[in-house]
Amino acid sequence: MQVQAPTMIGRARAETDSVQGFDGLAPCWPGRRHVLDLDDFAPGEIVQVLGTAATMKEILQRPIKKVPTLRGKTIVTMFYESSTRTRVSFEVAAKVLGADAVNVAAPTSSATKGESLINTVQTLQAIGADIVVMRHPQSGAPWLVAPRVHAAVINAGDGWHAHPTQALLDVFTIHEHLGRVRGVRVTIVGDVLHSRVARSNIWALTKLGAEVTVCGPPTLLPRDWLLEPSRLPWAVRVCERLDEALDGADVVMALRLQRERQHGGLIPSVREYSHLYGLTTERLRQADSSAIVMHPGPMNEGVEIAPDVAHGPRSVIEAQVTNGVAVRMSLLYLLFGGEAALERSD
Amino acid sequence: MQAARIRIANGRILDPSQELDERGDVVIENDRIVGVHWASGHAPASSPAERVVDAESLVVAPGFVDLHCHLREPGLEYKETIATGTRAAAAGGFTTVCCMPNTEPTLDTASDIEWIHAVAHRDAVVRVYPIGAITKGRLGIELAELADMGRAGAVAFSDDGNPVRSGKLLRNALSYARITGRPVVDHCEDHDLVDGGVMHEGSVSSRLGLRGAPAESEEAAIARDLALAQAVGGRLHLAHVSTAHSIELVRDAKARGTRVTAEVTPHHLVLTHAWVAGFEEGVTRYDTNCRVNPPLRTEEDRVALIRGVADGTIDAIATDHAPHDVVDKNCEFDRAAPGISGLETAFGLLMRLVAPTNGDPALPLATIVRALTMGASRAFNLDLGTLRVGALADLVLLDPDAHWTVDVQRFHSKGKNSPLDGQDLRGIVRLTMVGGKIVHEVPR
Repeated sequence: MQVQAPTMIGRARAETDSVQGFDGLAPCWPGRRHVLDLDDFAPGEIVQVLGTAATMKEILQRPIKKVPTLRGKTIVTMFYESSTRTRVSFEVAAKVLGADAVNVAAPTSSATKGESLINTVQTLQAIGADIVVMRHPQSGAPWLVAPRVHAAVINAGDGWHAHPTQALLDVFTIHEHLGRVRGVRVTIVGDVLHSRVARSNIWALTKLGAEVTVCGPPTLLPRDWLLEPSRLPWAVRVCERLDEALDGADVVMALRLQRERQHGGLIPSVREYSHLYGLTTERLRQADSSAIVMHPGPMNEGVEIAPDVAHGPRSVIEAQVTNGVAVRMSLLYLLFGGEAALERSD
Repeated sequence: MQAARIRIANGRILDPSQELDERGDVVIENDRIVGVHWASGHAPASSPAERVVDAESLVVAPGFVDLHCHLREPGLEYKETIATGTRAAAAGGFTTVCCMPNTEPTLDTASDIEWIHAVAHRDAVVRVYPIGAITKGRLGIELAELADMGRAGAVAFSDDGNPVRSGKLLRNALSYARITGRPVVDHCEDHDLVDGGVMHEGSVSSRLGLRGAPAESEEAAIARDLALAQAVGGRLHLAHVSTAHSIELVRDAKARGTRVTAEVTPHHLVLTHAWVAGFEEGVTRYDTNCRVNPPLRTEEDRVALIRGVADGTIDAIATDHAPHDVVDKNCEFDRAAPGISGLETAFGLLMRLVAPTNGDPALPLATIVRALTMGASRAFNLDLGTLRVGALADLVLLDPDAHWTVDVQRFHSKGKNSPLDGQDLRGIVRLTMVGGKIVHEVPR
């Protein structure tokens, strides 16, 4: 296959050369109602999201960051778990595109038998939400909601399961810094077992041809990944030793370590974890790695990542946050059919 | 009015208790079987006073005996009652159901057992045999009055839903229950290893991000129970065995002479954890109707369970019918109550094993019927599950080739919680007879 010319996105000025670097994966957007996980995304759809995100990033650099594309639409963010960057970046993305963004303060205490979730969703239905952006501590919660609403549902993180917009912004950032995704060696380090970021990244990265390694203590890796890697739906290398995992990596992504893992008996101490799996300048140097360093945030500096690495020259962590807005704009835009123009509203 | 004398004519009589698989007639008078006549022999001509039920192309088998179901009464009548649960049982071909004591209050005294018998006498359409709790309140602290409950008619003892955590207490229960002649039924699960798991720990749980209950949480508990039963010579019955290694443990224990019997559910024989991922046609991802305890396991486990039934390691197929109200299931997967409403789909589901199209080891219909009748009956020392002359006229007419589509809204059970809603099944129970009375009939 040859590299496809960048496609037009409706009538939008979405021509961009940033879809290059995907080795012949043609962008496509057959239209979908919800974004729940990336496992059902065709590679071309991911390329489409990233290409459109590049256009959105250009809009964000305009002096007046506002287009009327989604004027009159209501986007509700419903977060059953605390979040700063994801929720705010969705709200900014919605507002830049001209939509009304409403945050529903989800009741976190009265969640008995899920009645609160379904009741809340029915309320949102009644007030006419066009898009529901939801985060929920239970894996699969968006699958409970999606069939019960007319609105589009975007999963902003469910339990340990999926965080598709995080993975898309991570892949966008990798592509932006390395110019390609295919063949890029990405090492994900940390609490993979409980990580929706790792799971969604694995889908996105492997669909685009990256080589993924996951690394962590055996108690924080899914047992079947460790023991039966040949039966996984994607080819991922699984390592218990960090030095081995860092060897030859182009990208190192550290995952947040929840301190309660120590009390749960999964690791002896945060101290020992940090000693074995914390990303330090010295460790990256020993591995002879020139990798860029990523983190989905929020960081425990000094635990999974040393402060000088987090803020050092290889860190692209701030770029991830910035790109998060562009990628979420891209998704919101594409979910509404990509028909409207991205003209200035000034 | 039903005729006092009924002739089930010209069916395929399948009775594993007599190793019988012949065409012929079964004749019933009042509540007993009075004649089994093979077509090859000389069946007496029917008399005008008898009703004739045409069983041409149908299978006539002993009524099914379910060793494990939840009728939810007393206390949880919003999920099921003895009236609705036994109608569901009749529709599924079960003429006897053994109900678990995890009600509110727990069935843990003789008067509770007598109360079940009284309500069943009033409301039930099939035989109801209560199972008493092993420990008071199913709390795992003090033994319940096993002998008193046995005298009142408890057919077994179980803290089902909870395993008996203390090995010492279970050992005492197995030992003490010897005076009742009744088995102790353990729900084998090491809660510490389950650690909040809501589905089988494996490739699907790690993909869906759901907390997994590992196979060894069952196997470690079974290994312990087998050692205890062997040590004190008690009668142990293992509820809903679900993993390949569990089958090996039971097989080895039986070979050593341990007094153990085991059951498996239809859903563990047919469904796997892939159903939770929605990989099957017509199944949605995270369908809480697939949440069940023990969880749906892997393909390897499922095939091992089939082999376990085939070679007799597994004595009985029991439904673990666990009806729930919609509010218990219409929620996030982690928060959903575990259980499948299984009485009415059991036969249709099991028929998938008779002529498998997916490379499974085939399970002959006679083997399935054995596990549903004679095998189950013997595990609990019940004098049921046979078409012998003189036996109670508990029987079913099965139409193994008829297709139907599961519609949970048409269940007799209050529990509409079945992952099989909308699925095409082969195998219909045409008629169910309990003590000579027809309690369920589906015309052809």
